[in-house]
Amino acid sequence: MYPPRFEYASPSTLDEALSLLSGNGSDDGPVKVLSGGQSLIPLLKLRFASPSLLVDINRIPGLDRIEESGDHLRIGALVRHAALERSPLLAQRYPTMAAAAPLIADPLVRNLGTLAGSVAHADPAGDWGSVMLALGGEVVARSADGERVLPVADFFQGFYQTSLQPTEIVVEVRVPQPRGSFGGAYHKLERKVGDFATVGVATYLELEGGRISRAGIGLTAVGHQNLKATAAEQALVGNAPSGELFDEAARLAAEAAQPTANERGSVEYKRGVVRTYTRRGLDRCLQQAEGGS
Amino acid sequence: MEITVTINGEPVTADVDPRLLLVHFVREVADLTGTHIGCDTTSCGVCTVLLDGTPVKSCTVLAVQANGRQVRTVEGLMQNGSLHVIQEAFKEKHGLQCGFCTPAMMLVTSELLERNPRPTEKDIRWAISGNLCRCTGYMNIVKAVQHAAETSQAGQNQEEAS
Repeated sequence: MYPPRFEYASPSTLDEALSLLSGNGSDDGPVKVLSGGQSLIPLLKLRFASPSLLVDINRIPGLDRIEESGDHLRIGALVRHAALERSPLLAQRYPTMAAAAPLIADPLVRNLGTLAGSVAHADPAGDWGSVMLALGGEVVARSADGERVLPVADFFQGFYQTSLQPTEIVVEVRVPQPRGSFGGAYHKLERKVGDFATVGVATYLELEGGRISRAGIGLTAVGHQNLKATAAEQALVGNAPSGELFDEAARLAAEAAQPTANERGSVEYKRGVVRTYTRRGLDRCLQQAEGGS
Repeated sequence: MEITVTINGEPVTADVDPRLLLVHFVREVADLTGTHIGCDTTSCGVCTVLLDGTPVKSCTVLAVQANGRQVRTVEGLMQNGSLHVIQEAFKEKHGLQCGFCTPAMMLVTSELLERNPRPTEKDIRWAISGNLCRCTGYMNIVKAVQHAAETSQAGQNQEEAS
């Protein structure tokens, strides 16, 4: 399968890339940004996308950093899933991300695919979207006119839709640094390595003084976009962790899911998996927060 | 667009359409047909090549993205006319049936052993989890990788000793 014809540019600076984007395409189609290409190139080959110009950002230096600065962990646009999978910083301080990274696609795709690209792609079955919802992540979008910081919860606008403007590039995705004691997990049900998730659940807890000070639950592949289980999160915050509380949060998370039936499972089945995985995830979070591993 | 990709140490220059996939560049421009095309949908991994040492699916990379970079294909495993230790191991342990996935399996193995010279069985299965063998001959592939790890290790020890 061949992609449709397009022009190709491989700028060496971000400013150059942004100026190419500010042209905003032609009658022949929009301008698309190419980072890892592991979703975009398949879409081109299937002719679901027909850009007039591809702006390959892979040769722009400085976009491949994973670093803590200010109050955030910052992940540059060119950070590959494989780099996140092998990051000691993530293993130590960002357990939800560390759990999700090795479950994304397969090792070959992880060598090229990027977290920022995955979030920008906004596939409802994408794993990073729910992780970012659970962690309170933000997208940093830059255009020739300046920079916007968008909470991931507002960034997702539906099936493959985001609030990113055609002139903007996601230059960074960031999450708040953990406070107090914390734990995180990602559970994913897939038929085989590399298949889309049947269901995925990202969980995150912070504890201070024996009570839950922050809670995050993000759901994968059970709606027209990644979903934040807000009611379940609210039920947790301010309370001391207990089996009953986690059961209630798991019930609320299952209620928040809006799955559709397909070859991967029925609506009831998927809701059941959300409930089970939320419960398992919260148990795991608590175990980590209490110092277990 | 004119690009130069160094494949197995040899620069290959050609004027290509930006939509040309790396796998077609390797097979049809460089005429190296050891790299196979399977699903063509980023699923099966038989088109794996090493791009600057990293295994990638060449059906999901544009040839222009490889401009100025190093590509290694199965043809690049052989050195000075003799089989690579990984090729010997696949032969010895019968790590193939039809052979269609074998070039990719061996390239993934070479990167794995570079990064992790003593992989556990789990590490091996994890590393090849993006590569399908439709003969489902995974048992012998795993054994071949283990054998390759042992023999490269033995080779290195010998070099150190001498």
